[in-house]
Amino acid sequence: MLNQSKPDKLIDDRGLRVDGRRPDEIRPVKMEVGVLDKADGSAYIEQGKNKILVAIYGPREAHPRHVALPDRAAIRCRYHMAPFSTDERRSPAPSRRDMELSKVIREAVEPAIFSKYYPRTTIDIFIEVLQSDGGTRSAGITGTSLALADAGVPMKDLVVACAAGKIDGQIVVDLCDAEDKLGEADLPVAIIPSSGAVTLIQMDGNLSPEEFEKALSMAVNGCKHLYEMQREALKRKYLLIKEAVEEKMDVKEGE
Amino acid sequence: MSSTRQPHISKIESKTIMDLMANNRRLDDRTPTDYRELKIEVGKIEKANGSAKVHLGKTKVLVGVKVELGDPFPDTPEEGILTVNAELVPLASPSFEPGPPDENSIELARVVDRGIRESKAIDLKKLCIEPGKKVFVVFIDVYVLDHDGNLIDASALGALSAITTAKMRDYEIKDGELIYKEGLIPLPIQNYPIAITMGKIGNSIVIDPSLKEEQVMSARLTVTVEKDGDICAMQMAGLGELAIDELKKAVGMAVAKAGEMRAKVLEAAK
Repeated sequence: MLNQSKPDKLIDDRGLRVDGRRPDEIRPVKMEVGVLDKADGSAYIEQGKNKILVAIYGPREAHPRHVALPDRAAIRCRYHMAPFSTDERRSPAPSRRDMELSKVIREAVEPAIFSKYYPRTTIDIFIEVLQSDGGTRSAGITGTSLALADAGVPMKDLVVACAAGKIDGQIVVDLCDAEDKLGEADLPVAIIPSSGAVTLIQMDGNLSPEEFEKALSMAVNGCKHLYEMQREALKRKYLLIKEAVEEKMDVKEGE
Repeated sequence: MSSTRQPHISKIESKTIMDLMANNRRLDDRTPTDYRELKIEVGKIEKANGSAKVHLGKTKVLVGVKVELGDPFPDTPEEGILTVNAELVPLASPSFEPGPPDENSIELARVVDRGIRESKAIDLKKLCIEPGKKVFVVFIDVYVLDHDGNLIDASALGALSAITTAKMRDYEIKDGELIYKEGLIPLPIQNYPIAITMGKIGNSIVIDPSLKEEQVMSARLTVTVEKDGDICAMQMAGLGELAIDELKKAVGMAVAKAGEMRAKVLEAAK
């Protein structure tokens, strides 16, 4: 996919997008939890060509100590893109975009966390984008809440994010890189599915108020779809553990 | 890495704001959709191409615009460059410290930038001198002088006023060479984006939260509205949540309010 040429149209005559999707279709998604050994919780998510790894450290002793909060855990987040994750190599130094995304991602997941249970500690979120394909902040949030759950951090619910946008004048869900760059608008949304509350919304481009409402409902639908996959991914980990334990017990019984 | 810190406010003040809000009232007798008194002075900084000082209640922001020569970005060889930077100057608030820009000043700059960029307020194509070689760079520097809340709107109003009134030396391009002529010309402005910031206090949404209100509000939402009523940028922040209906209501409030604020900028820019 290096040096790919610019498509003339983002939606073809059959109403399909550059990667063959319908307007309301999200990209293929793969989620896995507990992928890192040393982290307290971790998750790996692929969404289209996005490949993102998330690790949670904490709740742990606040270091340096002055970052500690007296009444709750200080939640910190570093969103970072690998130098080889984009078409052009990017500097590994944190960019202004990375700083902003770290803030909005942190504020998107924090409302779901019972941070008051862990005063004077920190919960550190590390997001590494290994390959980016548009919508990394949304996939990063979806992966972060999986990793938090994997770490056993108490939460109201998972947080899940999905973007909608406008390409060739049409509202579509889950924009890929080309659609994000060449399209007319991008609207990432994060929700807490059990209450339906929005914890992150950003927008750039051009949307009329009516288009905004349509895009918002499409993004929320995408979130609900991803939420089911998150739950499956969490369950899968424990099913695998259960199977492994049962296998061991079978072996013992057979001795 | 930073964490979101809860601002310090006394319980009695917080309770007063919440109790008033329950009756749709505010500390300074505004309605939920009122801005504080707005005053915009343009052209105060003679050495800048454009400048505006915005007084929004007690919040004061100074914005300077400089137009200089530079190299275009490789992916937009035929466009001029827009850069927005924001400084939370330590003299403006006890919570500001000297040092490299923190996430709050970066977010402020990027939200102001997004409004101007996405609405195509400046026609950057007209700022190209020689494609791929030489273009004009428009630097917008936001200088926060006194922080009494809602820095985003004050900065965005200041930035818009400053670029609208900015003047650059007249020029012509001969064989790809830039030749300056006598006189001054305005920047190629083609849209007037207005950022409207709202806070959620209790179950209410208020426009233009003051510093005291920012200290009790749970979520913040900025909606930037173009001259035709379309939305060109949004940003949510804070540790709170917004229900879908609250979000739709807030967008409606912003779209309804933007015209009035745009008229004030155009009046000041006359």
